[in-house]
Amino acid sequence: MSENGSKIWCRNLWKVFGPHPDAIIDSASDGSTKEQILEETGHVIAVKDVSFEVKENEIFVVMGLSGSGKSTLIRCINRLIEPTRGAVCIEGADIAQMNDAELRDLRRHKLSMVFQNFGLLPHRTVLDNVAFGLEVRGEGKKERHEKALQMLEQVGLKGWEKNRIHELSGGMQQRVGLARALASGAETLLMDEPFSALDPLIRRQMQDEFLNLHTTVKRTVIFITHDLTEALKLGDRIAIMRDGEIVQIGRPEEIVTKPADDYVSEFVRDVPMGKVLSAQTIMEQPATVVQSDQSIEDAIEAMRLKEGDWTFIIDGTGRVKGTLTLEDARAAVSRGLSRAGEAARSEFASTAPDVTLEQCLSLVTGESNIPVAVLDDERHLLGVITRPALFEAIQSDSTNGKQN
Amino acid sequence: MFDFPETLVIGRSISKWIDRVVDWVVVNWDPFFSAINIGVLRILVPFQEFLQWLPWWFVIIMVGLLAWRMVSVKFGIVAAGLLLVVSFLGLLDLAMITLAIVLTAALLCVVIGLPVGIAAAKSNRVDSIMRPVLDSMQTMPSFVYLIPAVMLFGLGKTPAVMATMIYALPPIIRLTNLGIRQVDPSVVEAGRASGTTSWQLLRKIQIPLAMPTILAGLNQTIMMALAMVVIASMIGARGLGIEVLNGINRLEVGRGFLGGISIVFLAVILDRISQGFASRKSQTRSISG
Repeated sequence: MSENGSKIWCRNLWKVFGPHPDAIIDSASDGSTKEQILEETGHVIAVKDVSFEVKENEIFVVMGLSGSGKSTLIRCINRLIEPTRGAVCIEGADIAQMNDAELRDLRRHKLSMVFQNFGLLPHRTVLDNVAFGLEVRGEGKKERHEKALQMLEQVGLKGWEKNRIHELSGGMQQRVGLARALASGAETLLMDEPFSALDPLIRRQMQDEFLNLHTTVKRTVIFITHDLTEALKLGDRIAIMRDGEIVQIGRPEEIVTKPADDYVSEFVRDVPMGKVLSAQTIMEQPATVVQSDQSIEDAIEAMRLKEGDWTFIIDGTGRVKGTLTLEDARAAVSRGLSRAGEAARSEFASTAPDVTLEQCLSLVTGESNIPVAVLDDERHLLGVITRPALFEAIQSDSTNGKQN
Repeated sequence: MFDFPETLVIGRSISKWIDRVVDWVVVNWDPFFSAINIGVLRILVPFQEFLQWLPWWFVIIMVGLLAWRMVSVKFGIVAAGLLLVVSFLGLLDLAMITLAIVLTAALLCVVIGLPVGIAAAKSNRVDSIMRPVLDSMQTMPSFVYLIPAVMLFGLGKTPAVMATMIYALPPIIRLTNLGIRQVDPSVVEAGRASGTTSWQLLRKIQIPLAMPTILAGLNQTIMMALAMVVIASMIGARGLGIEVLNGINRLEVGRGFLGGISIVFLAVILDRISQGFASRKSQTRSISG
């Protein structure tokens, strides 16, 4: 059932609150708006014909304002709320078809959840909160406490295990919530606005820690938020929800540079592009590239032809050996050098393709007007970023981006 | 001619019908009620004999210590002092009988009230059925419970305990229901998301978190049981109530007053100790697991 390796997928998922949800779906399909249906029938369409796929180890962010149905959507995935219609599949199993025992098993082993208000048990210690899921599925005291301790260490709460929940700050409480979700070993995490109740400073810190954690403990994550900055920072892909529908799904750069409609572009208007866009989105092909065993004259000729005063020198396997300016090339000729590779400067600014523009900024501050090279892991030249292009990209807002 | 037409009055036939039903039950269900009778006596009699067997100074010291642990040093001294006064009045032995009946009835209330309260919390239908029943149980004059109790169990301790129990049952049902319904929904949701069965949810989350409210219900149940025990002395429960009753019957104001004041003292001690227990429970909730 699993489609092209996706971990979870939803197909035409509906959730309607009210006495006759099925009838409403049929009438809503022919175009009446959410408000009309609420006014005429008293039914609330919380999730409207939603389909998406989440790949293994991906952080899939669902972003929307309050009332957009995102919290209902995430609860349909572990059936805390029964979907009205549609399919939800996790690892090939259709959740809608499960009986109570199968559903419990799913929640105990495959899907864990982190809540906005933490949902911790005030009458238990931190350790027993983290071990709760393991206790529920019948693991022995020693075993589950061992695992819980490990998890607490992982989220940086070592030494707090005997404390009560109310003795912890909000940020620490959510770490307990996260540790509880991770402790079950479930491969999929459902996170319902986990950081929204925290102070901005703590929130940012938690986001960073969560990203760090995600690189060590690989999980498939469905992350709900109303905060676009958070969505852009954490999401591998983002789904924007409005009135129960998904308006756009895409990578963060796609969302900011190619908003699907006015609603999304209104959203992304004030996004700091330097933080969202990566080097690969604005890199361009260098005007000239010269093989290291070509003559310097060839290199000068090539630069002159393109009216440039710099070029990149690559070796036979395509790896970048260095840069060569027109000035240096002429000086080299007069010093009697012949091969371009001999004249190349091996020190030059370079970056990886997924580095943000903000971080690239420090690379272009030097005197030289040679652009920053974008290299892959094996030092192959993927493209270059010129100083003007970088400044333009950072200063532009997405409305310009959309017109491009 | 301003009266309701005599021919339309059916009250008498209804009451006769009820009488016949009760008669029928008394005759045909006798083994059932005998079993209840024996069960209640098995709990009550040893308990009462144990309390009466304890030396007077031991009772006073233990109550004082308990009051100190549950409430405060000050109240520990007050409680011991109040019991000492009761002893000086020569009523400590009767107070122990009353205490035994009250605590037995309260125990039965917990055994019956807790499951009913949980059922009402879990199901809106049960709740809507229970609500009018509880309302009428609480508004019914307490004397009314005495009649069927006597018919079914005869005179003695068992009908007294049963009438007391029925009278004192509503608060613990109501507050168990309320306590469980008031548990933070996000915590319940987190429990469900962890894959709890509904029994696990109840035992590991809902009951522990509802415990302060349930204990407040227990406190009220104990107080109502104490109030009823005085009335139940009319059908053979001995204890402090008999003093009040005899005081009324024989117009011995002094005797009635001493019995009454002893009941008040017992009420103060029971109330404060059970309240203290409830609030301690809510402050330092027990570590489970």
